[in-house]
Amino acid sequence: MKTAASWLSVLCLVAFVAARPAAADIAVTDATGKAVTVPAFGPVVSIGGSVTEIVHALGQADRIVAVDSTSLYPPAATEKPDVGYMRQLAAEPILAMQPALILAIEDAGPPAVLDQIREAGVPVVLVPDQPTPYGVLDKIDIVAAALGVPAKGDALRAALRAELDGLAAKIAKVSARPRVMFVLSIGQGRVPMAAGADTSAAGIVQLAGGENAVGGFNGYKPLSPEAAVAAAPEVLLITKRSLGLLGGEQGLLAIPEIAVTPAGQARRIVAMDGLLLLGFGPRTGKAIRQLAGHLHPGLSIRAAAD
Amino acid sequence: MSSVAVSGLAAVAERHRRRNIIAISALVAGFVAVFLLSVGWGAVPIRPGQVVAILAEPLGLDLPWAFDNRESTVLLAIRLPRAVLAVLAGAALAVSGAALQGLFRNPMADPALIGVSSGAALAAVGVIVLGIGTGVFGLYALPVAAFVGGLVATVIVYRIASRGGRTEIATMLLAGIAVNAMAGAGIGLMTFLSDDRQLRELNFWLLGGLGGVTWEKLLPAVPLVLLAVVVIPLLARRLNALLLGETEALHLGFHVENTKRLIVTLAALATGGTVALTGVIGFVGLVVPHLVRLLIGPDHRVLLPASILLGAGLMLLADLFARTLVLPAELPVGILTSCVGGPFFIWLLVRYRAIGGW
Repeated sequence: MKTAASWLSVLCLVAFVAARPAAADIAVTDATGKAVTVPAFGPVVSIGGSVTEIVHALGQADRIVAVDSTSLYPPAATEKPDVGYMRQLAAEPILAMQPALILAIEDAGPPAVLDQIREAGVPVVLVPDQPTPYGVLDKIDIVAAALGVPAKGDALRAALRAELDGLAAKIAKVSARPRVMFVLSIGQGRVPMAAGADTSAAGIVQLAGGENAVGGFNGYKPLSPEAAVAAAPEVLLITKRSLGLLGGEQGLLAIPEIAVTPAGQARRIVAMDGLLLLGFGPRTGKAIRQLAGHLHPGLSIRAAAD
Repeated sequence: MSSVAVSGLAAVAERHRRRNIIAISALVAGFVAVFLLSVGWGAVPIRPGQVVAILAEPLGLDLPWAFDNRESTVLLAIRLPRAVLAVLAGAALAVSGAALQGLFRNPMADPALIGVSSGAALAAVGVIVLGIGTGVFGLYALPVAAFVGGLVATVIVYRIASRGGRTEIATMLLAGIAVNAMAGAGIGLMTFLSDDRQLRELNFWLLGGLGGVTWEKLLPAVPLVLLAVVVIPLLARRLNALLLGETEALHLGFHVENTKRLIVTLAALATGGTVALTGVIGFVGLVVPHLVRLLIGPDHRVLLPASILLGAGLMLLADLFARTLVLPAELPVGILTSCVGGPFFIWLLVRYRAIGGW
């Protein structure tokens, strides 16, 4: 009896192993709703800062053969060949890397170039990019599925979800939500742009317990001086790179319409790393903690790791 | 008149003829060499034997050089249409530039001046930002809009300058400048209305580039450019006569008004057709004809075909550098043409100071 059972289990194991192809193709539904078939465990070109971060977080960094110029974290990612800005890709250099898969953030393009890559037989999986907690979790799901590591994806997702839920519970308790204006600079002497609704900046401000001071438009728009004053932000949020372009805090506060706002008067300027702040990748929790720490100094929210 | 002087003139004519033959042969050879180089060189290594084998495959020939799907796709679907587009765009811009400079008798004239480029740009940006026509034309919405926009702007410029069957060339120049300024304002407005994604797409289009072209998109431009490339050189004698002045050309028996209309139409069709695909690529239409004049003089019978060859060759070369210099990334070709073309042109100006010497 005992032998029969062990024989049976051996047989099952053999059948199981035999039924499971060595490296099966993977079917993924990407951001466009298209079903994409991806060969398992091949080399990957990763396009988009948050996508590259997720690939690293899933422990698949050694499969990356090239990244785009927005893939700046972790530092190891920047050692890979750079195929240029994610919206101005070219087909041939990417194909020359001999990838089995292109993992690209939704906005990557131009679309015609992605079509050329598909035509050459290399699958392109577009990763959705929504600046919400569920958006980040979706990104992780799709990247993990396309890489053929769904179990690692589930683990990363569960950990991040617990972290984000915990933060949301803490932040829900704050009494006042300061008005935050995100300022994007495109160079000294140029009118700075402000982030409207539906931007990643508005998303992260919301999650960190702030309110986007500028309403009434979507995307990033040049800010009229009077609108800046009317928005009356209490906090100025800016990326470190933008702040550098403006010549530091001095430069930002030298813009008259910014100097007269409550934030300018109180010199409440929060400068953060752009990819951390706006990427909506695996470090979203860290971004929320950092920003919330600045917005709500009384809230004990910072983790030791930050 | 002494026979010595006559034989001297004959000798000069003979020398010019020989120089022209040499120059045109050199340009043909250079063009062929650059074309082969463009098709054979890129990020994906494809050996010359493989190039031949890939090209021979549709003809049913099975040559001994092995290649895979990736290599044949790169060659047939990416490099070849791109090289053909470079040839079309370079030829269209250069021959239009040469003809318009002759017509306007103005060294500053180029296809952009009659409004084609800015009209096309405004229409294209309108499609990107407002999404007009994407439902009806789909893939072709952008090139169709750009083409129509270019023609509409040219017609406006032409109508402003025409009165009682005569076209004032000076008025046309000024009208071109005004229409360009208005289109610029329109583009500014669209830039303001655009969201983040549209803004990037729009910038990409305005910088100009040859990437991402497919045979289907390329096909409509072919007859438009061929028309200009074949017909404009046939007008060489009329343009030569026009260099003497409009009245003089009329007395020599040429239909001046017909010539103006024909050249403006052909130039608008050819540049409109290619600008619709490439976006705005600066400098080629302006500089190439001047380079040819410096090399072999202002005779349109040689100037026009030579401009076609040099325009196509230089555009190929510029694109070859654009897509290989910063591998694995790529530069916008418009930046390269202006970046290299500008200083080179200044050097020529300073060296010869005779650019207006027709």
